[in-house]
Amino acid sequence: MAERIIDKKEVEYVAGLAKLELNEEQKSLFLKQLNDILTYFKKLNELDTELVEPTSHILHSANAFHEDVIKPSLPQEAVMNLTQHKKNGYFKVPKIL
Amino acid sequence: MQLNELKGIDYIEMVRQRKVTVEEVMIDVFHQIDRVDEKLKAYLRINRKGALEDAKRIDQKIKNNSKIPPLAGLPVAIKDIICTTGIETNCASRILQGFVPPYDATVIRKIKKAGAIIIGKTNMDEFGMGSSNENSAFQVTLNPWDMTRVPGGSSGGSAVSVAADEALMALGTDTGGSIRLPASFCGIVGMKPTYGRVSRYGVVAYASSLDQVGTLTKSVKDAALMMNVIGGHDDMDSTSADVPVPDFLDSCREGIKDLKFAIPREYFKEGLNVEVKDSVMKAINTISELGGKVEEVSLPNIEYALPAYYLIAMAEASSNLAKYDGVQYGLRSGDSNNLEDMYRNTRTNGFGSEVIRRIMLGTYALSSGYYDAYYLKAQKVRTLIKRDFDEVFKKFDIILCPTSPVPAFKVGEKIDDPLTMYLTDVYTMPVNMAGLPGLSINCGFTAKETLPIGFQIIGRPFEEEKILRVAYNYELQSGKNCSRKPTI
Repeated sequence: MAERIIDKKEVEYVAGLAKLELNEEQKSLFLKQLNDILTYFKKLNELDTELVEPTSHILHSANAFHEDVIKPSLPQEAVMNLTQHKKNGYFKVPKIL
Repeated sequence: MQLNELKGIDYIEMVRQRKVTVEEVMIDVFHQIDRVDEKLKAYLRINRKGALEDAKRIDQKIKNNSKIPPLAGLPVAIKDIICTTGIETNCASRILQGFVPPYDATVIRKIKKAGAIIIGKTNMDEFGMGSSNENSAFQVTLNPWDMTRVPGGSSGGSAVSVAADEALMALGTDTGGSIRLPASFCGIVGMKPTYGRVSRYGVVAYASSLDQVGTLTKSVKDAALMMNVIGGHDDMDSTSADVPVPDFLDSCREGIKDLKFAIPREYFKEGLNVEVKDSVMKAINTISELGGKVEEVSLPNIEYALPAYYLIAMAEASSNLAKYDGVQYGLRSGDSNNLEDMYRNTRTNGFGSEVIRRIMLGTYALSSGYYDAYYLKAQKVRTLIKRDFDEVFKKFDIILCPTSPVPAFKVGEKIDDPLTMYLTDVYTMPVNMAGLPGLSINCGFTAKETLPIGFQIIGRPFEEEKILRVAYNYELQSGKNCSRKPTI
């Protein structure tokens, strides 16, 4: 049986953080599914990890650097061609405020 | 035999000996696509004109006695998560619909240079998120062995294109089993190399610490052939490993008597289908008959790998997918009053429900107050999983186990229950958690429904050679792989 780990308000809050707008139907479906899944994730608490180091990256621990030299890149046009919302080499967006 | 049924390695030999032209093979490939793909729906789009032109160009080179490139016009299908210049790449997502990359992924640049020809882009679970291919925004690919069943995911389109002879070979990606699972469901060879072995530059990111490009092929030698081309360090990928790439075709030689094999007992517990278990046990016996020393071992923390894996994958996904905002490329939802609205409308309309679910869970796990309890905890458990494998690999060269707990399931069977769907990855995702190389190869079929069963060969980091050698010896001994074809 799934615990009630998050409530509807939190589902709405998280959707807001992720820039998503859920309708009522989605909210109630996600409320159930997210609680099921988070309940399952709680299984990890059975393990004592107090003294265990986290692994964020499996094989490398050092940054990869390369020489700071200018190399050819894509022409601006090739990138701007990916959208129709543009003007004078800038991306056009709706008003910000 | 139609030319599209050729294994990659045999194709190249025939082209070299001028027994076939690239164009003749290409025509048979497209003929097969025309015949079966309306039913199977492996491809999202076909590069017919470009591929036929490339075929003619390479044939002309061969006619002029120029040096034949290593892949000699090989017709390859590409998962739609890998960027291809001039060919739309949308990850089976509405949010990237219409995105035509202005550059090639490093793997594409490499295979093109080696003379491969892209025949089309294959269907997948949106952004690689799924185990059945049902999460594509556009179509559901069906399993050629039983068209009421899923091909596995997320590289399901790539697996079907190879299993149904609609391509000679395919590339896919594997974050938690996305190459090996569909390979096992479709009865072919699926190879996920060591994390860092193959460049991820130009591969749309899902979970960056787990994603890896690999191969879907009709034989072990085909996997070795393709690995020779795509492996190696790349300056454009900061996680790419600077490790020498051996000639993997040399690994396809007889003899495994020098190798020690571990069988993790946790992989054979409850939840494993009886027929799958029997088939895998038979395969292990074959390895033993070939002279491999086989012993049972334990991976004590493995039951915690799945929740830790999903937490990490979802957290990384929520961060990676934050860039889809409708500003620079892909979908933009109109009629928004302001920028914030435009972001929300675009993302809500552009992402499918599984992607939204994973972004939500990932965002939650990373949010203030929950980070330590979920994300950090999962990363610590990842350390424990890696230690379990390290311990086994101190004494053993190879781990053998099933690829999936069940054979291909029915379309619709698990789609409404995300948690049950996640459990499909239980035997494959630990390999990604530990960054290991793994390969799935067919080891039999279920009796009643004739569904393929796969078993998994896992090795130490950067020891793909041993995996390929074991798989090659098994393939020779069993004579099984891809000799049996689905009737479509």
